[in-house]
Amino acid sequence: MSDSTVVSRWGKSSRSGFYTLLYKELLRFWRVGFQTIAAPVITALLYLIVFVQVLQDRVQVYDQIPYVEFLIPGLMMMSMLQNAFANPSSSLIQSRVTGNLVFVLLTPISTREFFAAYVAAAVVRGLAVGLTVWLVSLLFVPIPVTSFVWVLVFGTLGSAMMGILGLIAGLWSEKFDQMAAFQNFLIMPLTFLSGVFYSIHSLPAFWQGVSHWNPIFYTIDGFRYGFFGVSDSSPWMSLAVVFGFFVVLTFIAIRLLDSGYKLRT
Amino acid sequence: MSSAAIEFDHIHKTYKPAVKHWWHRLAKRTQDEGFKALNNVDLRVEYGEFFGLLGPNGAGKTSLISILAGLSYATQGTARVCGHDVVTDFRAARRSLGVVPQELVYDPFFTVMETLRIQSGYFGLHHNDDWIEEVLHNLGLTDKTHANMRSLSGGMKRRVLVAQALVHRPPVIVLDEPTAGVDVDLRRSLWEFISRLNQQGHTILLTTHYLEEAEALCGRIAMLKHGQVVALDTTDALLARVGGAGLEEAFVQIMREAGQATVESS
Repeated sequence: MSDSTVVSRWGKSSRSGFYTLLYKELLRFWRVGFQTIAAPVITALLYLIVFVQVLQDRVQVYDQIPYVEFLIPGLMMMSMLQNAFANPSSSLIQSRVTGNLVFVLLTPISTREFFAAYVAAAVVRGLAVGLTVWLVSLLFVPIPVTSFVWVLVFGTLGSAMMGILGLIAGLWSEKFDQMAAFQNFLIMPLTFLSGVFYSIHSLPAFWQGVSHWNPIFYTIDGFRYGFFGVSDSSPWMSLAVVFGFFVVLTFIAIRLLDSGYKLRT
Repeated sequence: MSSAAIEFDHIHKTYKPAVKHWWHRLAKRTQDEGFKALNNVDLRVEYGEFFGLLGPNGAGKTSLISILAGLSYATQGTARVCGHDVVTDFRAARRSLGVVPQELVYDPFFTVMETLRIQSGYFGLHHNDDWIEEVLHNLGLTDKTHANMRSLSGGMKRRVLVAQALVHRPPVIVLDEPTAGVDVDLRRSLWEFISRLNQQGHTILLTTHYLEEAEALCGRIAMLKHGQVVALDTTDALLARVGGAGLEEAFVQIMREAGQATVESS
């Protein structure tokens, strides 16, 4: 070992630790791809088979669009949102419980880099799951795409929004049952009551009103617009709501990270 | 005054009391002032020193190290590593510091090599394999390079913790009870390696309950009790206080005197 070891090499380093944290988060879910990608795809396909078998001939949502085609973008988005939420939340709670989060906290990675790496990994996992559901669904029914731009915008923004929510949940939860409560009492009802399986126009007026307060409804509605060119709300309205929530959640998450909430005592 | 490897200036740390219910937090209904872990700690460790931080359980050793590492915020006072404030200049401070934590923690998803490459990458060092292999060799981990962290014994995991603290070649290394529960063989090889690093110029801050280790390795020692420095001197001077009867004897005597002083002042 040479004497040069005394001199820290940080001055020569030009790259940020962000890339490594992002790489680590991607590698973490890729290593267990059967659980993080294959399992949600199989779940989405089971929903597709069951709902289509039961409702195909009984439900007509939009003119000229069969129910099976209507359902696929909803299932894609639901899987993307749930997995984007799960990625940072499960990573943080596991790191906290096992104690290895300290290896990140000891490094020069800033709160912004921390935030960006966890959310970017959530978006990648969300898009990977959504793309896989789509590719597998092509085996059953090829669905048209009216606008790739809208599909990509809502897919990315919706995944980012849920990734940030997962980050906040991961910071807040100290135990696995707290995380389960967050998922079961907030995320699950919001996704199931967001128009994945139906158009909110088929609901009574009261529940239509309630649905408009659900931000996840707008991610799915805007995403579906990208496929069919029709939706329950204007895509611009959906974009404004989803972007608004993205900004608010970003602000909350950054404030929590800056304060060291449940990370630094 | 020129900068030192480690500086603690008037450090106070009070842990807020646990709030049982959220409505208590909102109403700020708590009479408890919290636990005062550190009370006006002033310490300065010069470059190249092998410095010991001793004290009984709950004396504040880990709290002090946590403040240095940025894992905890001081209620009052400032801490610096190589002249860099750990809060306002945290990037430079953390790049100058390698910490071996007390708990045996690891990420079960990765192999030893992946763990070290990732840790190195966090510091912005992305082509660091030569140094990583050198550290692995010096810690006797070469044959475990591609083993998953889960498959390692406790002693091997402890070695990886040390390697993780060294991947970015920090000039200051903090070892928080690194030999707790470690066999004699690893303890000896670990101290040989750390002593070599110290001879090459690295500053070492060690906390341990094994006083014979501190006596053999440390040039200067600070003793903490109830969050205050109750003794700070060279190892030789501390030993001279008890006529060379050993550091354990000196430790017991100093702690007893500090206890009596606390009783008299209260």
